[in-house]
Amino acid sequence: MPKVIENVGCPYCGCSCDDVRVTVSDDGKKVLEVENVCAIGTEIFKHGSSDHRIRSPRLRQPDGSMKDITYDEAIEWVAQHLYKAKKPLMYGFGSTNCEGQAAAARVMETAGGMLDNCATICHGPSFLAIFDNGYPTCTLGEVKNRADVIVYWGSNPAHAHPRHMSRYSIFPRGFFTGKGQKKRTIIVIDPRYTDTANVADYHLQIKQGHDYELFDAFRMVVIGHGKDLPDEVAGIKKEKILEVAEIMANARFGTTFFGMGLTHSDGRNHNIDIAISLTRDLNKVAKWTIMAMRGHYNIAGPGVVWSWTFGFPYCLDLTKKDHAHMNPGETSSVDMAMRDEVDMFINIGTDAGAHFPIPAVKQLKKHPWVTIDPSINMASEISDLHIPVCICGVDVGGIVYRMDNVPIQFRKVIDNQGLLDDETLLNRIADRLDELNAQGA
Amino acid sequence: METVTMTLVQQPELYLECYSVTPDLFAGKSLAEIAELPAHEGKILWKLGDFFKFEGKSGATAAETKIVVNGNVKRMKRFGQQMTGGEIVINSDADMYVGGWMRGGKITVKGNADSFLGIAMEGGEILIEGDAQNHVGSAYRGDWRGMSGGLIRVKGKAGNDIGTAMTGGTIIIEGNAFIHVLTHAEGGTVIIKGDVEGRVGGQMVKGDAYIFGNLLYPLPGFKKIGTVEKEVDGTTYTFDQYIGDLGERKTKKKGEIIYGNIYMKI
Ligand code: SF4
Repeated sequence: MPKVIENVGCPYCGCSCDDVRVTVSDDGKKVLEVENVCAIGTEIFKHGSSDHRIRSPRLRQPDGSMKDITYDEAIEWVAQHLYKAKKPLMYGFGSTNCEGQAAAARVMETAGGMLDNCATICHGPSFLAIFDNGYPTCTLGEVKNRADVIVYWGSNPAHAHPRHMSRYSIFPRGFFTGKGQKKRTIIVIDPRYTDTANVADYHLQIKQGHDYELFDAFRMVVIGHGKDLPDEVAGIKKEKILEVAEIMANARFGTTFFGMGLTHSDGRNHNIDIAISLTRDLNKVAKWTIMAMRGHYNIAGPGVVWSWTFGFPYCLDLTKKDHAHMNPGETSSVDMAMRDEVDMFINIGTDAGAHFPIPAVKQLKKHPWVTIDPSINMASEISDLHIPVCICGVDVGGIVYRMDNVPIQFRKVIDNQGLLDDETLLNRIADRLDELNAQGA
Repeated sequence: METVTMTLVQQPELYLECYSVTPDLFAGKSLAEIAELPAHEGKILWKLGDFFKFEGKSGATAAETKIVVNGNVKRMKRFGQQMTGGEIVINSDADMYVGGWMRGGKITVKGNADSFLGIAMEGGEILIEGDAQNHVGSAYRGDWRGMSGGLIRVKGKAGNDIGTAMTGGTIIIEGNAFIHVLTHAEGGTVIIKGDVEGRVGGQMVKGDAYIFGNLLYPLPGFKKIGTVEKEVDGTTYTFDQYIGDLGERKTKKKGEIIYGNIYMKI
């Protein structure tokens, strides 16, 4: 009899939908059907039970081919190389549960290395702005139940977070928002006419890279300097700015969701910083909140776990062993790679091969490169060692943090069939490192 | 003033953290003791003597000690970090954090300096004969206090974040700068003798920016109030004066609102 599992979490995007229904085969090895899930979410469950999954670690041979080895051999290889490296870097965690992220913290503290997560190439600037200017945020439940004005600034959920608009922001009928979309005003600020802009009441087609100026203009209006505005700011007419600022100032509850459009354009953290300043200004006249559109289902996780472990969410320098240091620009993965500042690289639960600039990949490739990931990807194919692991939310459960920093328990839906999960693998590497350190001392 | 000359004999494989190279830590020590001072390369704890040979003599105090660094130290960070007096001359490029958290004395870099030059500096003087990268005289991440005193002069160009959250002191960039000058500043002066791409004085409460060249994208939050003559870096020029950031909170002094200023040379 196939078994139906309810309230399953989807391990894909930052929406971390936890209302998925999964039907699995009698023997618990195959996913037969997935419901309440978007197109990209469906694929991750299907991939989980595909026959093409790698089930054994693979080590590159002198002739360039990959040879299957045991987990014990792989653990020994990683521990020995970490022990020898002067400044190893472990980066990734886009698709890892919090238990794995805590074990990774133990590995890199023991190894005396650098520890970083995908925020370094996506919402890292948001962290810097939050350090500087605070984070007047809320949960997605509050948005659903209270928000009547929604701003999507530099983000395109229609493609990147498919259920965000239906589950949390535009369409759902909540406690104080019983009329759903009819009573909500949607403002999209994006240089492109995206599919999200297509459902908006206002689309401000801003000149690319000039968001900071437009934030400054909105702040001027809110503070009472609207009359001093130039006729046009960042390609938007003064009248339009005044009109939209008026809607914002009259919101019962407003939320700004921002994405890579702000963190990946010039100024980066400053774009978020001034967005937070605007949110603070708006709170003098209305109720406003702001939220980062975190990309992966648990990419908020390492920020939370490492903040309580070391005091910093990403770009951690643990080489001094007795204290942690963090300063993106210096301790950020891409900068260190470009400057050839590390001498070993572990890519875990992400694909640096695809996401990093090519010169950074070339520099990293000069040194030992390990990929810990369930799938074949560009990083795994250029690695010296590829260690496959369970997919969180498919063949191992665990805690994940949704984009609004709400923790959710994800479930295991199919049998792991001999694969190790991240936590077990990393703890075994840390145990072996402890032995090597003790022998060395 | 006594001089210690340190000459590079061994390049590090990665980057070396030279936080011990300050007149404060060299003062009153013999050359053998100086060679024993720590330096980190990743997790490996080395001694300065593993990379440099030392000649000369240190003074009794920081103020009486001058350090001359010879050899290519482009891959070495944190020269003069937290120094309170004396002098350092680096006859090469240097990496990040030159003069970070510096309180007094003078640093000269004959080549380029990388990012985080003079961050959170409180006093003293830094002269970079080449270019600097990003975060010149800025605050450390999450800190509201950038540079609060002293002088940084960069003869070449600089990148972004010049004087972010600055509260006092002066930064002079003789070449061009990119974006974010005096962002979040609560005081201090930045003089850019070349062009700036944009974002001068964003979220600025107080402070003075002097732009000699072109400002490609001015912020909407600045309003022209007149034309003034001012002496800047020893010469008097005429400037258009703009006040702002009108979007940011303002303080009052004797009932008058205090604005940040941008002076554009005409
Ligand atoms: S919106 Fe995101 S979390 Fe929800 S089902 Fe789709 S991919 Fe999964």
